[in-house]
Amino acid sequence: MRAMAARDLSPRRAAALGLFVAVMLLLPLLVNAYIVSVLVVVLFSAYFGQSWNIMTGFAGQLSLGHALYVGLGAYTSAALFVHFGLLPWLGMLAGMAVAALAGGAIAALSFRFRVGGVYFALLTIAFAEFTRILFDHFGWVGATEGLFLPVANLAHDDPLRLRGSPRMFYYLLLALSLAALALSHHLLNRRVGYYWQAIREDEEAARALGIDVFRYKVAAMALSAAMTALGGGVLAFYDNNLYPDTVFAMSRSIEIITAPIIGGLGTLFGPVLGAVLLTGLGEIMTNLSNAAEISGLKQWFYGAALLAIVALQPSGLWPWLRRRLGLEEGRR
Amino acid sequence: MSAAPLLEVRAIAKRFRGLQAVDDVSFAVPAGGIVALIGPNGAGKTTTFNLIAGAIAPDSGSVLLDGIDITGRRPDQACRAGIGRTFQLVKPFGGLTVLQNVMVGAFTATADRAAARQAAAEILDRLGLADKAESAARSLTLPERKRLEAARALATRPKILLLDEVMAGLRPTEIDRMVRVFSDLARDTGIAILLTEHVMRAVMALSHHIVVLHHGQKICEGTPEQVARDPQVLECYLGHGQASGPAPA
Repeated sequence: MRAMAARDLSPRRAAALGLFVAVMLLLPLLVNAYIVSVLVVVLFSAYFGQSWNIMTGFAGQLSLGHALYVGLGAYTSAALFVHFGLLPWLGMLAGMAVAALAGGAIAALSFRFRVGGVYFALLTIAFAEFTRILFDHFGWVGATEGLFLPVANLAHDDPLRLRGSPRMFYYLLLALSLAALALSHHLLNRRVGYYWQAIREDEEAARALGIDVFRYKVAAMALSAAMTALGGGVLAFYDNNLYPDTVFAMSRSIEIITAPIIGGLGTLFGPVLGAVLLTGLGEIMTNLSNAAEISGLKQWFYGAALLAIVALQPSGLWPWLRRRLGLEEGRR
Repeated sequence: MSAAPLLEVRAIAKRFRGLQAVDDVSFAVPAGGIVALIGPNGAGKTTTFNLIAGAIAPDSGSVLLDGIDITGRRPDQACRAGIGRTFQLVKPFGGLTVLQNVMVGAFTATADRAAARQAAAEILDRLGLADKAESAARSLTLPERKRLEAARALATRPKILLLDEVMAGLRPTEIDRMVRVFSDLARDTGIAILLTEHVMRAVMALSHHIVVLHHGQKICEGTPEQVARDPQVLECYLGHGQASGPAPA
């Protein structure tokens, strides 16, 4: 079953959440630097998946071009820092605004002209690709040459300027991901969450119940885009170099949607679970692939995982695991 | 019919390509009144509903609710103006629970979740769906889904409820029960009801006033007794065969 709006936390669910947070907080202190860097990738994947899930899992509008908002967030904050020395967090706010405007405009244009379903999905790809090519020729942000952030070797982590160790980025992303979890839970339990799910299930019925479908769809897209852009900003300061062909890559858009689909589309925890499994197992596959000198084992694994989920557990792993663990949403 | 009507339909018309689906139809529903719109399949009943609820815009004519012209408003605007409708081909939010389905409707009247939940629970109770509150809407039987449609529309606190064949598929005892539910509802809350129905047992028991459509035109209206005796009505029902069957367009 998809996303029943979550109820208030039962003691069992609160305990499970507490345990999860505790493990995530302690984990980087117990493992080596390589594992921390993998965990950073896991959290990026979780956070982007959570952001995308609002648009597609909750409101039911399939976006296949979320790399666009990663890129807008990354480039806006990085360029403002490089050219004007603007504090990264302020630049990320600007990036969120740019992405929200872009997402809102794309949604408004599409839905005004009744472009929906698979055609809307195609349009989201088109806008992402179009922007990638545009940035290839955008000299102010380095075009195809790339945009580089100065690397400073600091003795201490500086979260305010986003300079520091992978461990600092880990905790930063963990905070973002937990905030996204809290925000998603909050929204699902409010009128807007009910309305999004109603729109996802049946637009005509939603409309007949007084819902301004257009407005709520545009709002979902703008919020999802802004959240994605915030992660994009962090990505810029973590990677320190930006190339349009990697930041706006179609493959990134696909990676963003894979984890939530495996974990459970429209569920609160599905994107996080999917990210842990996919990135974790994907990393093992990469190592195996290198050791066994078989290339592309990870890609094979991703494909096989998607196939298995679609065939065996189309609502994702989290709804199944949740039942197994007795963590289903409580009833009153 | 007395005083200013709650819902007034003035000479509405709608043409689909070559077919005049609704042709210059006028009628009124008083506050607290229960009016039935009947006619053979394809008479234009569902199109009339769609014109009133804003799902399609009329070519001409107007729709007034409480004296306000709501012609051509979008469905969500019509709903917020006070028109609650059900769909003949039911449209449950399958992945949500029955209670959540009705809460979506209740959120039109309140933004508060607890208040919406309580209002929804009360309506489910009234419509005999309380024991299904936590079931997924997709697990309901067709008659239950029809009642869910009514419950959801009712939760938006409409001034008038448009019921499109909600009795279809019910057993006679269930029909009698739903007739009681809706007549109590109209009496207790003052809500007006406009319904289309093929189940004559329900139409005769429930409605104060009946409007008969045939080929998109109003051929007769009056009390149930008057309509049942009208030669034109007998002609259109008996002369052209069945008064029940598959869903009209």
